[in-house]
Amino acid sequence: MAVPPEGAGQAAESQPSGSAHPHKTLTARDSVVIRFAGDSGDGMQLVGMQFTSESALAGNDIATVPDFPAEIRAPAGTLAGVSSFQLNFSSSEIFTAGDEPNVLVAMNPAALKANIEDLPPNAVLIIDKEAFTEANLKRAGYTANPLNDHSLDKYQIFEVDVTRLTSLALQGSGLSNRDAFRCRNMFVLGMLSWLYQRPIETTVKYITSRFKKNQQILDANVKALKAGWNYGETTEMFASSYTVPKADIARGYYRNITGNSATAMGFVVAANKAGRPLFLGSYPITPASDILHELAGYKNYNVYTFQAEDEIAGVCSAIGAAFGGAIAITSTSGPGMNLKAEAVGLAVKTELPIIITDVQRAGPSTGMPTKPEQTDLLQSMYGRHGESPVPIIAASTPGDCFDCAYEAVRIAVKYMTPVILLTDGQLANGAEPWLVPDVSKLAEIKVEFATNPEGFQPYSRDDDTLSRPWAIPGTPGLQHRVGGITGEHLTGNISYSPSNHELMIRMRARKISGIAREIPPIEIFGDADGGDIVMLGWGSTFGPIREAVKQTRAKGKRVSHIHLRYLNPLPSDLADKLRLFKKVLVAEMNMGQLIKMVRADYLIPAIGINKIQGRPFKVAELVTRISRALEE
Amino acid sequence: MATALTRKDFVTDQEVRWCPGCGDYAILAQVQKQMPEFGIQPENTVFISGIGCSSRFPYYMNTYGFHTIHGRAPAIATGLKVTRPDLDVWVVTGDGDGLSIGGNHLIHCLRRNVDLKILLFNNKIYGLTKGQYSPTSEIGKVTKSTPMGSVDFPFNPITVALGAHATFVARSVDVEQKHLGYTLKRAHDHRGASFVEILQNCNIFNDGAFNDVSDKAIKSEHQLILEHGKPLIFGKNRDKGIRMNGMRPEVVTIGTDGKDLDSIVVHDESNLALAFMLGNFEPPMPVPLGVFYSTARPAYDAAMNEQLAGSIAKNGKGDPQKLLNGGDTWTVN
Repeated sequence: MAVPPEGAGQAAESQPSGSAHPHKTLTARDSVVIRFAGDSGDGMQLVGMQFTSESALAGNDIATVPDFPAEIRAPAGTLAGVSSFQLNFSSSEIFTAGDEPNVLVAMNPAALKANIEDLPPNAVLIIDKEAFTEANLKRAGYTANPLNDHSLDKYQIFEVDVTRLTSLALQGSGLSNRDAFRCRNMFVLGMLSWLYQRPIETTVKYITSRFKKNQQILDANVKALKAGWNYGETTEMFASSYTVPKADIARGYYRNITGNSATAMGFVVAANKAGRPLFLGSYPITPASDILHELAGYKNYNVYTFQAEDEIAGVCSAIGAAFGGAIAITSTSGPGMNLKAEAVGLAVKTELPIIITDVQRAGPSTGMPTKPEQTDLLQSMYGRHGESPVPIIAASTPGDCFDCAYEAVRIAVKYMTPVILLTDGQLANGAEPWLVPDVSKLAEIKVEFATNPEGFQPYSRDDDTLSRPWAIPGTPGLQHRVGGITGEHLTGNISYSPSNHELMIRMRARKISGIAREIPPIEIFGDADGGDIVMLGWGSTFGPIREAVKQTRAKGKRVSHIHLRYLNPLPSDLADKLRLFKKVLVAEMNMGQLIKMVRADYLIPAIGINKIQGRPFKVAELVTRISRALEE
Repeated sequence: MATALTRKDFVTDQEVRWCPGCGDYAILAQVQKQMPEFGIQPENTVFISGIGCSSRFPYYMNTYGFHTIHGRAPAIATGLKVTRPDLDVWVVTGDGDGLSIGGNHLIHCLRRNVDLKILLFNNKIYGLTKGQYSPTSEIGKVTKSTPMGSVDFPFNPITVALGAHATFVARSVDVEQKHLGYTLKRAHDHRGASFVEILQNCNIFNDGAFNDVSDKAIKSEHQLILEHGKPLIFGKNRDKGIRMNGMRPEVVTIGTDGKDLDSIVVHDESNLALAFMLGNFEPPMPVPLGVFYSTARPAYDAAMNEQLAGSIAKNGKGDPQKLLNGGDTWTVN
């Protein structure tokens, strides 16, 4: 966001209006960034997701980012146990979840301490006053109560007795103190829903379906939600509520979707389009496991999910399934990619179609498993022994994960090759409104197995794509053997001929580089004929780069944006497009990986903007770097 | 079937490249001989191997074949069998491939009971890499990598498989063609993971490792042929038997000193404890050959396919457009 936020969101115009309650005013805002923070047991992710649903229904453009600890049950009240969810909702098009919150909801001292540094002056701070006990303050590492020492004076602070008010609201419900305490998040959601005039019906519907087996808990949650709403409306705590008008977004049928969910669905729809079963071989790993969870629920779509004994078995089982004619995939994150490398080489050599999805996370080694990074690009390009080219596709937004998963399947079966799909933890768990595609209009995915024994050769080549036939077991007369040993051109029989080895290496390299022919022309956001600067990016940096370029262009600067989906092969018009600009800036959440490829392939002296903190770029950071580059 | 299958239907035109005198030849010959008996068409049969001498096996079978990477054959075969339960899938592995680098995949494949026929050629040595000790080599084994003798305690393939709760565990010998043929048939008839250890002579790097059970002159004194429901008797004169002395097995001579046939243990393939006991036989006990253990348990691939079919029966065949249209939705007009 370019303008420093004021109060509870970016002000448009403030006007008294016909609010539900006569003595309260209704103030309009262009956009608001709220961060809900609490202990991991406080249900902040749920509050965030429901507030997102309510905002989507209110017609806003939205972007979210969850942030949760790696520990499943970190000690309650500690900094390590803080879980948060940030949501940006706006009346205009937005690309990120916002650099910094306008509103912070802190359910305990630890949540306050972990997030307060991100809060700009004059922002709204809503806290559960009762959680600021001596014990909780100590657990969070406070020596003095920040509510009393004026350290929070620069914020608009609202101290609400959330715990007491929730338990009061639930008096007579027969709920234990513990269960009543767990409804605090619904009170907060109700209160915030009033503050921003969000419709709560969708949340009531959610609670009803979630707790349909326990009427008592169901009633209590709805009661707490409504109590929170009524508290906002009737008490003197808040003088005004706010609206964020509808955004002008394309018409159609929308759903809220996370990257992992979109990835899973992309695979299901692609396999369905191909008319083949889908097989996932996978070993649980953060932040990719949700792909396994989601696909495990789609059995009636002819989806097999195999929770393998390790990462290697995950990819190997996929190779076996591909040999048998299934659309076969494996999902993992960086450490698993390392383990799968040898098997991916086998798929390269045997030319079997599999998709390896890498939901990148901060490394090396265990690193920060819940935090995103873009550090597996070079591993995907070069992390195998031998000459072993693999197509690489990267998704740029949560919804784009669907298109990329679908495209990965299309390329894999068309070219008989493993394909690597790169997403990251940010995309995997982040959500955005997604215009639901019409399945009948998606690109065709054609699977044609070889059936004719006459003249059959397992390593003959399609003239156009150079792909070999997919001849699956069970087909009479096509019995053949494949394997990792170098095979003879056409027959695939073991061959140690030096010239044949080079022929096969070059054949596969040509096959992969040939995919560039069907990559659509690059779209330049900004100056199609060139200008001062082009920002080049890939993956989840799309949002911050696009927003930063938009803001800089609004100041009349000639800055453009190219964002890559295809990383191997690179689009054939990329070099020419980049050369239209005086400077090429490559923003990546790594030490500079795409930039190495661009420099090496095109000898273009690109400049890197790099951040390796396990968190996305802030728009303001990129705006600053662009401005500096414009001045230099 | 138009015409009956013959051995020739399962033989490829590829030149067999094992060392002359290798035990693998005898195993290949017996497998090729048995395949027509199973009545399954070559195109519906798949041989999958890892890396090692034994893993060249698929090249010589005129079926579908996959020579994969070191140790991973069970994982690759699992992916194939789960999605293609119509196929007859065999895994060929060795002591290094299956018990060292691929040990994890082998035990998990056995515990899951994937319907695969797993043949583990055990020659107690690394042959392809020219003679290092293997995870089944005995303590003290002098090899290129253990000039002072191995200090590495070996695995026993039978008890590893039993420990993984395999549902079919058997042992045979490369040169015992009749016994091997019968064992292969039993393995094939079993639904679920069938594990067969085949004692195989590497005449280059570990010649004579199984002389006790393959040398015609002495083998009858060492081979204990396991037959379900029959007493555990062996020896040239069929006068030696296994008797329980309390909780411990012992070898006795039948007919002497009150040791009559009734006191000899009767083999029971469904008794896991007995199978473990037999699997742990070390000299001077005889070497058990045959089916140690066989039990019925649902196969993983069948169970998974049942879940898919059940889900389709319950929810209907999935409609991808409906899938996308679900969740938390709204319309922008």
